[in-house]
Amino acid sequence: MSKRTLRQGGVVIASLALTLTACGGSSKSDNGASGSSGGGSSAGASGGAAAGKTVQGKSGPLDCSVFSSFGDIKGKTISVYTTIVAPEDKPQIDSYKPFEDCTGAKVNYEGNKDMESQLLVRIKGGNAPDIAYIPQPGLLQQAVKAAGSKADPAPQTVIDNVTKYFGKDWAGYGSVDGKLYAAPLGANVKSFVWYSPKMFKDHNYQVPTTWDQLMQLTAQIAKDDKNAKPWCAGFESGGATGWPGTDWVEELMLRTAGPETYDKWVKHEIPFNDPSVVKALDTAGAILKNPAYVNGGYGGVKTIATTAFQDGGQPILDGTCYMHQQASFYAANWPKGTKIGPDGDIFAFYEPSMDASSKPVEGAGEFVASFRNAPEVEAFRTYLSSPFWANEKAIISTGWVSANKGANIANFKNPIDALSVKTLQDPATVFRFDGSDAMPAAVGTGSFWKGMVNWITGASTKSVLDSIEASWPKS
Amino acid sequence: MSTFDKFEQMVIAVVAFAVVFAVIMLLADRIRGRSADRSVAMVFLVPTVVLLAVGLVYPAIRTLLDSFRNAEGTKFIGIDNYQTVFSDHDLLIVLLNTVLWVVFVPFFATAIGLLYALVIDKSRVEAIAKALVFLPMAISFVGASIIWKFVYTYKGAGSQIGLLNEILVKLGLPAQQFLLNWPSNTFWLIVVMIWIQAGFAMTVLSAAIKAIPQDIIEAARLDGVNAVGMFRFVTLPSIRPAVIVVLTTIAIGTLKVFDIVRTMTGGQFDTSVIANEFYNQSFNIGDEGLGATLAVILFVLVIPVVIYNVRQLRKADAR
Repeated sequence: MSKRTLRQGGVVIASLALTLTACGGSSKSDNGASGSSGGGSSAGASGGAAAGKTVQGKSGPLDCSVFSSFGDIKGKTISVYTTIVAPEDKPQIDSYKPFEDCTGAKVNYEGNKDMESQLLVRIKGGNAPDIAYIPQPGLLQQAVKAAGSKADPAPQTVIDNVTKYFGKDWAGYGSVDGKLYAAPLGANVKSFVWYSPKMFKDHNYQVPTTWDQLMQLTAQIAKDDKNAKPWCAGFESGGATGWPGTDWVEELMLRTAGPETYDKWVKHEIPFNDPSVVKALDTAGAILKNPAYVNGGYGGVKTIATTAFQDGGQPILDGTCYMHQQASFYAANWPKGTKIGPDGDIFAFYEPSMDASSKPVEGAGEFVASFRNAPEVEAFRTYLSSPFWANEKAIISTGWVSANKGANIANFKNPIDALSVKTLQDPATVFRFDGSDAMPAAVGTGSFWKGMVNWITGASTKSVLDSIEASWPKS
Repeated sequence: MSTFDKFEQMVIAVVAFAVVFAVIMLLADRIRGRSADRSVAMVFLVPTVVLLAVGLVYPAIRTLLDSFRNAEGTKFIGIDNYQTVFSDHDLLIVLLNTVLWVVFVPFFATAIGLLYALVIDKSRVEAIAKALVFLPMAISFVGASIIWKFVYTYKGAGSQIGLLNEILVKLGLPAQQFLLNWPSNTFWLIVVMIWIQAGFAMTVLSAAIKAIPQDIIEAARLDGVNAVGMFRFVTLPSIRPAVIVVLTTIAIGTLKVFDIVRTMTGGQFDTSVIANEFYNQSFNIGDEGLGATLAVILFVLVIPVVIYNVRQLRKADAR
C-alpha cells in the first residue's frame, strides 16, 4: 500500500475504527477532529506535528489529528515509571510507536520491580515520574495525596474515554475523592481455576458450574487417583509471600458473602474478623488445609507456604494434581510449547460461584497516574485510554488483558486472554478489584500476607483474623 | 530526562567538583603567616564537615525525630513506636533474630576462619586452599542467597532439586523444609553469612599468624610446647588484636544484614531482622515512624561495637 492511499483511506477508516477521543463531548477533541487546520498554529508551522496526518498501527490507522488539540509536542519527552519489566515490557514499549510517530514526542520507559515501594520515595523527594502505572488503588490514593498539587487529575479527553469504554467500577478504582486521576491500563482476571482439559476428558470429569460441584469433583478426584491430589497451590513470592492466599480469601468472600459485604470488608466497615470472613476463610480451608486435597506434587499442606507461586500449578502437567486457582497472567508461567486452550494441555475455567445465578469476578490491573501537567503528558494519557491503544497492545502481546470495552476480542490471540476479556465484558459479571490491593498497606501488603502464611502453616482461622484486625491502622 | 541530558549533568557535576577542589587547593596554597597550619587545616576541614553534616548528621537527626512521629510523619506521638517495637510479638522476634545473628555469625565465621588459617598455614597447597575459601567473598550477598536458596529447596514428592535435601534423601532421611520453621530457619540463613564471611576472617588471621616473630615460636619449641600449647600461649595472644578486629567488623556487617533475609525469605516465616524490618515498615507498609524507630535502634546497637573496634585499632597502632 502506498503512502498516499494509506493517507486517503485513513481519514475514512479513522472515523469508524478509531476512537481515540471519539465521544465528541469535549470541545477539545472537536477541535482536533477538524483536521489539518486544527490545533495550534505552531503545529502546522513545524511541519512534523499531528494535524492532518495518519499513522499505521497494527490494528489500523491512527488519526493523528486527535492529538493536535494538545499543541505541538514534537521533541518533547514523557517519562513512564512502571513495574512492568522484561519480557512484558517489550510489547508495552512497541505499542507506543504509533503515538511517537504521530506526534514526534518520545516516551522514556523505566521498568522497576520495586516501583511500588520506590514511587512514594520519588514523589516525596521531588523526583516524581511524569506518568506511573500504579497496580494498586490503595497506592494510587497514597501517591496522589503525597504528590499534592503535582498530581494531575485526568484531562477531559481521558475522562471521556473512561466513561465510554470502562465500567463504573473501573473508573471508581482510578478515582481519588470522587475525582478521576488515573485511567485503567491493563487488567487481569483472578477468578480462574487452571486445569488440564485432557485429564478431565480422560476421567470424564465435567467443568463444575457451582461451588458444590467443585467440591464434589474435588472429593471424586481424591477418591479416584491415589497418586495425585485434586489441588496444588503455592504462596511463596519473595517479599510478597502470602498474596496468593489473600486471593483465595477474596474469591470466597465474594462468593459466600456477596459483593456488598466484600466492599464493606475492604473499607473496614465490618471488622476483619467478622463471621462472614471466618466463613470465607474456612471455605478456602476446606480445600487448602485438607491434606487429602493438597498439595499435589509438593507434599503436605505446609509446602504451600514455601512453594513459589510460579511453580504452584506446574504439577498439573505431570498429572500429580488436577486444579490450580490462579489469575489469567499465570499463562506466562507454563513452559514454552505448552498448548493453552479448551482442547490443549492447559486451560482455565471460571471459578464457580455458589449458585449459577451470580457471576462475581475478582481482578486487578494498573492505572495511569500523572504527576506533571503538560500537553505531551495529557496527549499520551489520552492515547493509553483509547480503544486504539488497547487493540494495538492486544495484537502484539500474549498474556495481556484489557478491560477496555472498545477492545476487540478477536485481537486477543491467546485463548486465556480472550476468555478473560470475554469475562470482563460479560454483562452478568460483577467485577471487584483485588481487596488486599485496596486495603491500607499495613494490612494489604503487611499483616494480611503474613496472616495467610501463618494460617497455611497451622495457625487457626480465628487467631489469624484477630491479629489482622488488630493491625488495621487506627485513625 | 534523556540519556544526553543525564550525561550533560554528569559532566557539569565533574567540572564543578574540579573547580571546588581547585579553589580549595588554591586557598590552602595562598595562606601564609604565623597561624598558617591551622588555617590550612580549616580550609580542608570545612567542606568535609559541611558534607558530613548534610549527608550524615542531618539525616540522623531527621530519623531520630521521625521515630517519635506517627506512620505518616505528621503527628508527634512520643515513645509509642519504641513501646511497639519492644512489646509487639512479631517485632520481638525480629529483635531476637538479630541477636541470634550477631552472636553466631561473628563467632563461627572467625572460628572457622582461624581454624582454616592454622590448618593450611605453610602447607603446600596454601595458595589454592586460601583462594577457595576466599571466593565466596567475591559473590554478592544476593548472589550467595540465591545459590543457597537452591541448596535448601524442598520438594515433597518425587526427586529433590535442592542439594541438601537430595543428600538427606540419599541417606534415607526425610526431606526437610529448611526455611519454614522458626527458629531453625534463622540458623539456615546464618549459615549463608558465615559462608561469606569466613573467607575474610581467614585472610586477615592468616596474615596475622604469619606476622608472629619467628624467634618467639622457636623459643616456645625449645621449651617443648606442644601444638595445643603453642596455639594457646603463643599464636592466640599474638594475633589477639587481629581477632578482635575481625570479630567486630563481622559483627557490624551482621547487624546490618538485609540482603540475605530479603532474598531468601523476604522476612517471612519469622526470619526478619532489624534492617529488613526497617525496610519493610518504611517502604512496603508505609509506616515511616516505626521504620525510623527500627533504624535508630540499629544505629544505637552499632555504636558500642564501633567504639570498641576503634579503640582496639588505636591500641594496636600504639604498640
